[in-house]
Amino acid sequence: MIADHLPALQVVVPLLAAPLMLLVRRGGFAWLLATLVSWTALAIALALAFKVREAGTISYAIGNWPPPWGIEYRVDALNSFVLVLVSLVASVVAPYARASVAAELPREQHYLYFTMFSLCLAGLLGISITGDAFNLFVFLEISSLSTYVLIALGRNRRGLLAAYQYLVLGTIGATFYIIGVGLLYLMTGTLNLADLAQRLREVHEIRPVLAALAFITAGVGLKLALFPLHFWLPNAYAYAPSAITAFLAASATKVSVYVLLRFYFVIFGVPLVFGRLPMAEVLITLSVLAVVSASLVAVFQRDLKRMFAYSSVAQIGYITLGMGLANKAGLTGAVVHLFNHGITKGAIFLLLGGVALRVGSTSLARAAGLARTMPLTSFGIVLAGMSLIGIPGTAGFVSKWYLILGAIEHGYWGLALLLVVSSLIAVAYVWRFVEMAYFREPEPGAARLAEAPASMLVPAWIMVAACVYFGLDTSFPLEGARSAVTVLLGGAR
Amino acid sequence: MSADTLLLAALFIPVLGALAIAACDRWPDLRETVTLLTAAALLLCVLSLLGPVLAGAQPQLTLVQMLPGIALSLRIEPLGMLFALVASSLWVVNSIYSIGYMRANREAHQTRFYVCFALALACTMGIAFSANLLTLYLFYEALTLITYPLVTHHGDDEARRGGRLYLGYLLTTSIVFLLPAIVLTWAAAGTLEFTAGGILGSGLSNAGIGGLLALYMFGIGKAALMPFHRWLPAAMVAPTPVSALLHAVAVVKAGVFSVVKVIVYVFGVERISGLASVDWLPFVAGFTIIAASIVALRSDNLKRRLAYSTVSQLSYVVLSVSLLAPLSVLGAALHIAAHAVSKITLFFAAGAIYTASHKTEVSQLDGIGRRMPWTMGAFAVGALSLIGIPPAVGFVSKWYIFQGAAATGHSLVMLVLGASALLNAAYFLPIVYVAFFRPPAGADHGEAPLPMVFALCLTATLTVGLFFYPQIPLALARQLAGF
Repeated sequence: MIADHLPALQVVVPLLAAPLMLLVRRGGFAWLLATLVSWTALAIALALAFKVREAGTISYAIGNWPPPWGIEYRVDALNSFVLVLVSLVASVVAPYARASVAAELPREQHYLYFTMFSLCLAGLLGISITGDAFNLFVFLEISSLSTYVLIALGRNRRGLLAAYQYLVLGTIGATFYIIGVGLLYLMTGTLNLADLAQRLREVHEIRPVLAALAFITAGVGLKLALFPLHFWLPNAYAYAPSAITAFLAASATKVSVYVLLRFYFVIFGVPLVFGRLPMAEVLITLSVLAVVSASLVAVFQRDLKRMFAYSSVAQIGYITLGMGLANKAGLTGAVVHLFNHGITKGAIFLLLGGVALRVGSTSLARAAGLARTMPLTSFGIVLAGMSLIGIPGTAGFVSKWYLILGAIEHGYWGLALLLVVSSLIAVAYVWRFVEMAYFREPEPGAARLAEAPASMLVPAWIMVAACVYFGLDTSFPLEGARSAVTVLLGGAR
Repeated sequence: MSADTLLLAALFIPVLGALAIAACDRWPDLRETVTLLTAAALLLCVLSLLGPVLAGAQPQLTLVQMLPGIALSLRIEPLGMLFALVASSLWVVNSIYSIGYMRANREAHQTRFYVCFALALACTMGIAFSANLLTLYLFYEALTLITYPLVTHHGDDEARRGGRLYLGYLLTTSIVFLLPAIVLTWAAAGTLEFTAGGILGSGLSNAGIGGLLALYMFGIGKAALMPFHRWLPAAMVAPTPVSALLHAVAVVKAGVFSVVKVIVYVFGVERISGLASVDWLPFVAGFTIIAASIVALRSDNLKRRLAYSTVSQLSYVVLSVSLLAPLSVLGAALHIAAHAVSKITLFFAAGAIYTASHKTEVSQLDGIGRRMPWTMGAFAVGALSLIGIPPAVGFVSKWYIFQGAAATGHSLVMLVLGASALLNAAYFLPIVYVAFFRPPAGADHGEAPLPMVFALCLTATLTVGLFFYPQIPLALARQLAGF
């Protein structure tokens, strides 16, 4: 009975939890509820993923209005993978957030924080699960609006400016997206994604479709921080509350990548996007620029959060690079990197939250001697850093393997070389932290610093352990990615 | 115990040992006991695997399916057995030496030192027993990273600079050349398993094979082929026991071991012999031998001279295997063992000299043989072995290398070998000469602490002993070369 309604519950549970928190107005209650909601969402996502693996795509008609007239929730191998990632990250971040939020936010804002967190979670899950282009826009706005609030909650006043920047750019992005969807609706008369994919094949007047593609690329590209539309990201990540940085870095951009994947491969289709249009070249060029320039910029940052924020821009470049390769190995690399980069960056930003809490700042200079005062935190950052570099035995290696394989299968030797050279740049910025934390003496006042509280350290280390575990036993993310790729390439007719 | 269990044990004994060492942080005596016990247990474990392997068995074990079609798995073949045997037996001796050295020099962070050392040995075992390229690569990178804290042990600016070079060279080569080489092999061959006769088949053109070989040879930076050798002298900022076991045995041998393994089991000696696109390798190796010897000749710092001598000797192995004749493959395998025991003796001696007298330069060593007769005696044995003079094991391996060169009719290679023997003599014998025949200068001092002297005498004995009884390494090397 309830099992039939899992797709709806996936979104409804966090969505309804938010107003409840608003009514009760208690930080502790809100935290407890947010944690429970995240864990429930994870359970539902796992159940859905399992069901999809057993029985194939699930279609759920909201309010029993059959698609394509009503809103359809559609779970297949691709978005069930994204649902698991998002809810997994949320269920690690939510328990962590209590201590972190208590330290960073005034008491009266705690319940607001968790309200927005639940809303954001509902939005991200909604984007992933919905099979309706307009419904997707609604959830995009829900997640974006809550994100603006969350970033603005950061204790640094510059958070306000970062949130404002993101608000302006995010709104432009959402508007572009909806213009694109409007054009598609004009041409096909449907908003259902599956139906849209069908009917677009019959459209002969191609020009408005191309315009739609352009609008959607730019709109979603803004949300996923596709180079050169990434300018909002470093500030937003740097000034948001620590727990939110971790949550956004690990999930929000990934969901946007999913949207782009869905539109390119399933709706517009490979022949149009990569055959008729030079999107492969465009994506690869932009990705290469992202990987190289953002990695280089990361090396020269003075603040750890900003450093790893730029690294995120670069890592998203790897994902879009795999998309641009558009072959089986490249796409597997892209999808598996969604997951692997999610857990890696999640781990790093969670650990940096501990640094912010104890040291009071995440500037690189203040991390001097951190290995002495916070050994577990420092070592965790180093391990997750290995995964960023792509050392074998960590999750990042698996993604890199497939991306290189994808490049070689195309015969793009220069690209393969660039992939490996760019991971050397990652060595450079990770090692700036290593040398600061392990080779410098702590500042005089810093000698009495303690490790972050267990409630933060344990979730962070779960993520770190995941980085190593999924680098050795890759069956879960890889199987997920491979069946997702089947959806992507099978969807192309 | 079954061979599979032993194989797993060889990997996990050092890991468990590392955990136990970390737990004994507060009790140095107990900690050192644990180190010795772990080293002994590992040696026993490897020794009990020796019998079955000599009888022709190849025990194997799959740890975890890492990528579709590529598992992390272990398999023992003769060369890996030889490498594991060398590393694990010398770890026992090195542990005795380390205890003397670390205590006498009052080094800090000794627990970290022993923990990293044990983990480095675990990685070495992983490399030795790896059944495919991915497993090899995983442990290869892990070894680089786990030895980084050992190289930068002193934590000062000099150590940090050395560490940067060390990590920079090794990671750059392995990520930029080795990893693409492995992916390329996978794309071309569809497998990464080490297989007798090679796996490449006909998937690549001859030029492609030449390019792939270049990626492998320069990608395996631990083999210190010029121009990617600078990490080795840079690593000499480490405490001497690290230089001795890791940068004369485990790490560098992991490099040349990988070179031999890739040529024998990935390319296949017969598949590539006679190809015009691979015949550049003897020249690069020969150049490295001569150039590194000349640098060694000009270095006054003793450890630096030994480091460049290592660079040169490593290329003996590469040169020999690159001749692609059965005898030279045999010689390459033997030289891995021969150079290991000889060079560790020399490093032990250098560390003993430093501990007893705080002398680091060759020019300060006048008459030191009279104050430290045991140490310098052992040094002389190691030096003779590396020059290739009987009765030392270096003669045996060079004998086969020379025979291999003669069999292939490579006159240039023979010239290189001859010139290099002279150069070796030129940079080692003066040290022995001034140590024994010049009058001593400076403050008086005796031998280094007993554990150190004991250890270096043991390896010197081994150097001579293996000349008279080379049966075990020879049998393994014969199996590898297919005699």
